[in-house]
Amino acid sequence: MTIDVWLAAAIADAERRGLPELKSMLETLARATAALRAADFNQRADR
Amino acid sequence: MITIEEFGRRLRAGELTSTQVTDACLQCIDRDNPRLNAFIAVTADEARRQAREADQEIAAGRDRGPLHGVPISIKDLLDVRGLPTTAASRVREGHVAARDATTITHLRQAGAVFVGKTNLHEFAFGTTNEDSAFGPARNPHDPSRSPGGSSGGSGASVAAGMAFATIGTDTGGSIRIPAAACGIVGLKPSFGEVSIDGVVPLSRTLDHVGPLALSVADASLVYHALLGDAHALPPVPLPPHSVRLAIPRNYFLDLLDDEVRARFDEAVARLRDAGVHIDEINLHHTADIAPIYLHIVLSDAAAYHAATLDAMPERYTPNVRIRLEMGRYLLAEDYVRALAGRDVLRREVDAALAQHDALILPTLPIPAPPVGASTVPVGSGTEPVRNVMLRLTQPFNLTGHPAISIPSGRTAGGLPCAVQLVGCRMQTDALLKVALACEPQIAPGPLPRSGNVGG
Repeated sequence: MTIDVWLAAAIADAERRGLPELKSMLETLARATAALRAADFNQRADR
Repeated sequence: MITIEEFGRRLRAGELTSTQVTDACLQCIDRDNPRLNAFIAVTADEARRQAREADQEIAAGRDRGPLHGVPISIKDLLDVRGLPTTAASRVREGHVAARDATTITHLRQAGAVFVGKTNLHEFAFGTTNEDSAFGPARNPHDPSRSPGGSSGGSGASVAAGMAFATIGTDTGGSIRIPAAACGIVGLKPSFGEVSIDGVVPLSRTLDHVGPLALSVADASLVYHALLGDAHALPPVPLPPHSVRLAIPRNYFLDLLDDEVRARFDEAVARLRDAGVHIDEINLHHTADIAPIYLHIVLSDAAAYHAATLDAMPERYTPNVRIRLEMGRYLLAEDYVRALAGRDVLRREVDAALAQHDALILPTLPIPAPPVGASTVPVGSGTEPVRNVMLRLTQPFNLTGHPAISIPSGRTAGGLPCAVQLVGCRMQTDALLKVALACEPQIAPGPLPRSGNVGG
């Protein structure tokens, strides 16, 4: 799942649950997740 | 305020009794707790009973060790049998601990006197102590400021003279942050050394239990008692000229308040003057610290709180509830990436310590922030309070290395600053030897203390 798809789904679910204040925090979390996925210690199946 | 060491000498010389110092702490609580809100529960009657028993034992020749008759406060995250463990949350309403946490059992065996249970950030999930069902604790050096967190009431209780030492927990810095903000010593032992049985978890892979106290020697005494070694004395300090330290420069010195930086530089200069060898190094992967920490702590906390978030969400304070909810959206694959990054960081710190006794760095990049502040000015910019307060402590919860915070002077406004020493994994006693050697140079003159116990 890409981060964009994950973020859109998470925000939609938070709004459905009546937690719209989660949106800005999920956006911050998405930036942290992007940094984590870009780290050089991650392994890939093709390398 | 006197140290545990000094009280022990005077107790055994017949100059002071446990009853006297316990009464003095309880009087201090009566006087100052209304403005500091350090305690959620004060156990005055039980403390006086324990103190009388401690005095009777000393009179009868039974000496339980250095903590015999010493008044201690307990973060209200640890089970003490017969008392609620509130975790500063309405979620825990009605809870009463059926038995003591293992560490509390050890403290009882060591003869400690429990004066009460201290305030904290709800479920230990915050750095300021503001989000508590019992209201915010405040800093004894300036009640308009936070005492740090999450063990904020614990830090305030010792700095204000309400207890000789306190037991805190540290998942991202919650012992060292309040120790730094309140001008006392805080020790996070190596991961896994001190039992977390009977402690409400935040993250079982990051949680540590440890002491906050007035000096490194006192922290050592309490640490050993927590392990069940009630008669252990502090280790012998290393000679300063044999100590080898390393300053991790990148990331760790990049974002500091000007006065915190000045106090750190002055402490380093005094250590060098005393003969301590200090190198400067760089650690890799520091940009990944916060993302790694966030993915682990949010996932672990969400797993523990999922049922109550669904059943009684209104009982959480709003900020803590929302942060916990964030953890429910993380993907397993990202959690696994964070675990891999944690291993990398652990190896980085291990490698840095291969040629050194300890790392030396500031504990808290800023002085205690104002209560209610969501951002603070640091350097040329503004930072979120939570992020900046965790910045220098959370790396060593991820890696598990023992770390100790020692006061290093004050700002012009009188707020404490602190230096952190980080030792080799599973070698907390070796770190204490280094800390004992460095404490006189790090702390210029008397530690910032208040209170009136023992003159």
